Amino acid sequence: MHTIQSNELLSPTVGKMVVDAPYVAEHRKAGQFIILRIDEYGERVPLTIADADRGAGTITLYYQIVGTSTHKLSQLKKGDSLKDVAGPLGHPTEIKKYGTAVCVGGGIGIAPLYPIVGALKEAGNRVVVIIGARNRDLLILEKELGVLATEIVVCTDDGSHGKKGFVTDALKEVAGREKVDLVVAIGPVPMMKAVSELTRGMAIRTMVSLNSIMVDGTGMCGGCRVSVGGEKKFTCVDGPEFDGHQVDFAELMERLGAYRSEEKLSYDAHRHKCKLDGVLNDGR
Amino acid sequence: MPEQPAAERVQNFSEVPYGFSDDTAMAEAGRCLQCKKPTCMDGCPVGIDIPGFIKEIRDGNFLSAIEVIKQTNSLPAVCGRVCPQESQCEELCVLGKKFEPVAIGSLERFAADYERTREQLPLPARAPQTGKRVAIIGSGPAGLTAAGELNRLGHAVTVFEALHSPGGVLGYGIPEFRLPKEIVHYEIEALRRAGVEIVMNRVIGISETVDDLFDQGYDAIFLGTGAGLPMFLNIPGENLQGVYSANEYLTRSNLMKAYRFPEYDTPIIRADRVAVFGGGNVAMDSARTARRLGGKEVHLIYRRSRDEMPARKEEIHHADEEGVIFDILSNPLRFLGDDKGRVRGVECLKMKLGAPDDSGRRRPVPVEGSEFVVDIDVAIIAIGNAPNPILQKTTAGLKTGRHGTVEADGATQKTSKRGVFAGGDIVSGAATVIEAMGAGRRAAAAIDEYLKTGAW
Repeated sequence: MHTIQSNELLSPTVGKMVVDAPYVAEHRKAGQFIILRIDEYGERVPLTIADADRGAGTITLYYQIVGTSTHKLSQLKKGDSLKDVAGPLGHPTEIKKYGTAVCVGGGIGIAPLYPIVGALKEAGNRVVVIIGARNRDLLILEKELGVLATEIVVCTDDGSHGKKGFVTDALKEVAGREKVDLVVAIGPVPMMKAVSELTRGMAIRTMVSLNSIMVDGTGMCGGCRVSVGGEKKFTCVDGPEFDGHQVDFAELMERLGAYRSEEKLSYDAHRHKCKLDGVLNDGR
Repeated sequence: MPEQPAAERVQNFSEVPYGFSDDTAMAEAGRCLQCKKPTCMDGCPVGIDIPGFIKEIRDGNFLSAIEVIKQTNSLPAVCGRVCPQESQCEELCVLGKKFEPVAIGSLERFAADYERTREQLPLPARAPQTGKRVAIIGSGPAGLTAAGELNRLGHAVTVFEALHSPGGVLGYGIPEFRLPKEIVHYEIEALRRAGVEIVMNRVIGISETVDDLFDQGYDAIFLGTGAGLPMFLNIPGENLQGVYSANEYLTRSNLMKAYRFPEYDTPIIRADRVAVFGGGNVAMDSARTARRLGGKEVHLIYRRSRDEMPARKEEIHHADEEGVIFDILSNPLRFLGDDKGRVRGVECLKMKLGAPDDSGRRRPVPVEGSEFVVDIDVAIIAIGNAPNPILQKTTAGLKTGRHGTVEADGATQKTSKRGVFAGGDIVSGAATVIEAMGAGRRAAAAIDEYLKTGAW
């Protein structure tokens, strides 16, 4: 039984959930993810583990409301429960002393970055964190990362908070002033692509964490396959982290859109049902 | 056996054959010659007393019939449906030399269905607790069989399953219309009631290793994680949207119930034009699923001819009846996509049959200049599966074979690592449910022996 300890909306589209999953809390390492199922009808939803409390047996998840499953997730209350939490899954991040690591997070991708920043810091690295989002509302974990990081740079596309501009601008600045040994970039595909292109020119090793569409998460279906250095890799078991300079981001971007029309159909039907049930109040 | 008419059944996911009535079953059982030396039994990987259970059906003792079967087969309702009887027990039935063999599989199914739906057997007697603990990794046919046996022998059994629902390939792979999931759930519930513990959502090899399980006090471990790694064609365009492995296509439909989308949340692409690549049972399951998901034109593209297809004759026949188009002697060269990265066609080359190859089947040879394009919106690749490599990669001291299989002794299923046994597709490569169950049975006997004597 995975009882929800808390579930709050940090902004209209971003939620944070703390849920009982003692086995995962005990075994998880930075960079790993879980697959949850809300109920009998639910999809298997992969989410990176942002944090865990071994003593309390809980894990912390962040989600962006983009469709049926994440909307359902946002409607759950403290005391409700998730039907399944499978994991931890995927390879943990390779943590060691690199020297200076710059961790770049965009939007909801800031959540999976959080444990990696902590682990890299603990391993004795100087860790510069750069986080960005479209606007202030979509920015998460700024305070928590500020505590962990050696230095933190915050930017928003619209300038509503921190510097106005993209994370790549900030990264260019940092790399221009000091030697960077590792870049970890997690966020929307265009952001990870832009970061990887930038660091390729600078010959800085760059790890990205991919969010491919998955079903089982154990290497069985191949739905999450990506081309890395021209080879077929499964995000779930070979990743989720890969060398950003080797990933075919254009293909990944296309594959993420494979179910766009089905997702819309499902979300429309779901919202219609919510309205009938009086759950969803669109402010009207 | 009477069946749902093809035109009707492509509109639904209900089981195709209806099953025998009491009278038909008794009449069919009456055909059995009750041979003194029953050759049919030689063809059964779990050694069911075939004349024994058939005699009980003939005499109207249906519950006794299932009792006889269950002495050596823990999943008769499953085997009665998915075993290739035509190349096992029924092939060896002496009646088959001149007439039709006795319909052993249908009778097994009849007895199992009788027990499930009409009159239940009490739980099998369990030997006194031995205090020994066995971990079984994977809840497919091999694991469930080993678990049932070891539990009956008094050992404490824990089964670890990676997915949210137990059954392995019986749940994610074989479609509802061939094996209703209610039957799988019933069999698993019976194991639970008998005392087997099943832990879901646990991927051994990632969160914990086999050695971790020994440290936690398990005395023996059985690896039954099957062959879950999908093979791809490795041709251009294979990562276009709409190109599925059969594993993904079937898992979405069967395990996640995408055939009931949007009632269930998991989507699957419903397309008018579908191509399935391969000629085995999984290819037939995929093609027949695609028909049921609204595919108007479902091609089965296979590089040899129909005679070389590894699928059961019955499945080929069912697919044919359901309007699947057989594009035999055709080999895919590349997938063609549109500007949005969706698959829209597949270019193939015509083949002809040459001399026999290592497998004894005639080798397909390309016909030069015979390229042609099939327009499609979904492609399903069903050319086989290899063992999932997670356990092999993370278990120290485990010897593996050429195709990622785990090496195990044929009689005892012992691996190169003390206390670790393996069986089913992880050892043999993709094979049948009943062969995996046979391995599970052999492993259970050897594990019991090892736990009693401690001798390796």
